[in-house]
Amino acid sequence: MAREIRFLQGNEAVCEGALYAGCRFYAGYPITPSTEIAEGLSASLPKVGGRFIQMEDELAAMAATIGGSIAGKKSLTATSGPGMSLKMENLGYAYLTEVPCVIVNVMRGGPSTGLPTGPGQSDVMQAKWGTHGDHPAIVLTPSTVQEQLNETVRAFNLSEKYRMPVIVLTDEIIGHMREAIEIPEPGELEVIDRKRPTCDPKDYKPYRPDADLVPPMADFGSGYRYHITGLNHAEDGFPSNNGKMAQADEIRQENKVMHHYDDIVKVEEFECSDAEIIIFAYGSSARSAKEAVIKARAEGIKAGLFRPLTLWPFPEKHLEKYVGKAKKFIVPELNLGMMKFEVDRVVKGQANVVGINKIDSDPITPVEIIDEIRRAK
Amino acid sequence: MAYDYSKYLRSGKIPHIWCPGCGYGIIMKSLIRAIDATGLNKDEIVLTSGIGCASRLPGYMDFNTLHTTHGRSLAFATGVKVANPKLKVIALGGDGDMTAIGGNHFIHACRRNIDITCFVFNNYIYGMTGGQYSPTTPKNSRATTAPYGNADNQFDIAQLAIGAGATFVARTTTYHAVPMEKLIKQALDHKGFSVVEIMAGCPTGYGRKNKQGSPANMILWQKENAIPANKAKEMSAEEMEGKFAIGVLHEVQKPEYVEAYDAQVGLK
Repeated sequence: MAREIRFLQGNEAVCEGALYAGCRFYAGYPITPSTEIAEGLSASLPKVGGRFIQMEDELAAMAATIGGSIAGKKSLTATSGPGMSLKMENLGYAYLTEVPCVIVNVMRGGPSTGLPTGPGQSDVMQAKWGTHGDHPAIVLTPSTVQEQLNETVRAFNLSEKYRMPVIVLTDEIIGHMREAIEIPEPGELEVIDRKRPTCDPKDYKPYRPDADLVPPMADFGSGYRYHITGLNHAEDGFPSNNGKMAQADEIRQENKVMHHYDDIVKVEEFECSDAEIIIFAYGSSARSAKEAVIKARAEGIKAGLFRPLTLWPFPEKHLEKYVGKAKKFIVPELNLGMMKFEVDRVVKGQANVVGINKIDSDPITPVEIIDEIRRAK
Repeated sequence: MAYDYSKYLRSGKIPHIWCPGCGYGIIMKSLIRAIDATGLNKDEIVLTSGIGCASRLPGYMDFNTLHTTHGRSLAFATGVKVANPKLKVIALGGDGDMTAIGGNHFIHACRRNIDITCFVFNNYIYGMTGGQYSPTTPKNSRATTAPYGNADNQFDIAQLAIGAGATFVARTTTYHAVPMEKLIKQALDHKGFSVVEIMAGCPTGYGRKNKQGSPANMILWQKENAIPANKAKEMSAEEMEGKFAIGVLHEVQKPEYVEAYDAQVGLK
């Protein structure tokens, strides 16, 4: 049976992905260029038995999203840069308390209110380090409208599987562009639900991990009464000032991501195997990069595209394969050079790493990348 | 007959952190008795709080308990309630938590008339951080951040709640422990957003700095200055100077948020 083809905007595709993954609660606050996600789900959630609420601010939206998940529903919120900054307090709460939820950040330009209607990629470091304290992060970066759908499903799956917030980091270009995409049939994509406890409620310890380092999570109201706090806590969920225990718990949380690198990290390697020049590009910039690689190959230049769909954890094991082989790495991004630091860290001086950086609200064009490819060093 | 509180307490978490003379233990006892009187099942109750002395209360109670970020308990509670309206959601916090950092969440929860019961423990001060002034600290009072006397005007929490659209608003004090229990029960039984402001002395953070005398004196002050709501209505502004009304201050029926939403969007 042929799949349904629809001509959708990236933000609309996020809605389709959320519904496919089983999202039944959305709490948000309107902000350009992410609003179509809220608008879409306000219309479609009730049709599948879910609810939508427009909260008073982004802090409240993040808080309600976490509350919805604790009450047992797969929960989503979406925003853009300034809203993401406001969400950081409660995002940290979700990390420490290990509450699954998905946050879509449709990046725009500039710090503060910045360039509201223009694209940007300058929240990539915030996505990893934005909230205070140490915590793991899973951040996905789609490049196409189809991927907006598929990666939203994957974000929910990873969030449920590893019991933590997952960020879908996209940008205004992909959020607002339209492409014909295939809507997956029910059952075609894997949909994962969180592990729920099966033990006697008396024995339930909400932060006692299984062998995969992930503790089962009970819905409030399901008969497992327990305490959740944003303070560092023991396995039973109650606050503790035991620093050694807090350290062990936070290291476990890092490890529950890092030990599952192979399951979490997804990369597209296009024409990389014999490449002398590798473009490291993500999100909308990767679209121009791919075009540049195709044109460069036509000119006989051995160029390749390394495109992380998982930006955090950083795909260093994948990238290391090309260190010592490629002579040059180019990192085009709509910021003044953020992921270049990470590429530099992995390349360790064994090749030249060059950034192409713009923050003027215009995309990076294939021509700009080809020009850099043609430059020998 | 002795009342069995242990059914609702996490005995391993007692003793509590509150200072000698603090009224919060009285509130916890009244809350337990009121919840018991409603006949609600422990599994269906969710207690949320923010940050501060009052907000440590859920840790002692054997329900589904959510100790959140500063000021945000009502926003978390809203998510819980909208995602699963079968749950009985109770949010609590201190005056600073609910009306300063959480002020926006407070007024909007009132406006929505979501079926959450909200208790604001008003002790005029930030207790846990050591006695800084809050939005309810009386003008000219001393606080660690108001060494010259507080220049700010005070919020009247109950009036704020009424103005913002809460459909049940009451005030009580830790002196009035028995009437408090009845008011809490009424608030829990009310369909819609209910607010109970509970005046509670903070001898450590507020009383000492403002020469209020012993904790017992502070409780007597509540007794002497609390005027029953019916009587307060007939008193002039001059007569009410320095006094405050207690009891049910406002009660109306309006469509509850989640029920109204479900009807609007065709959800059954």
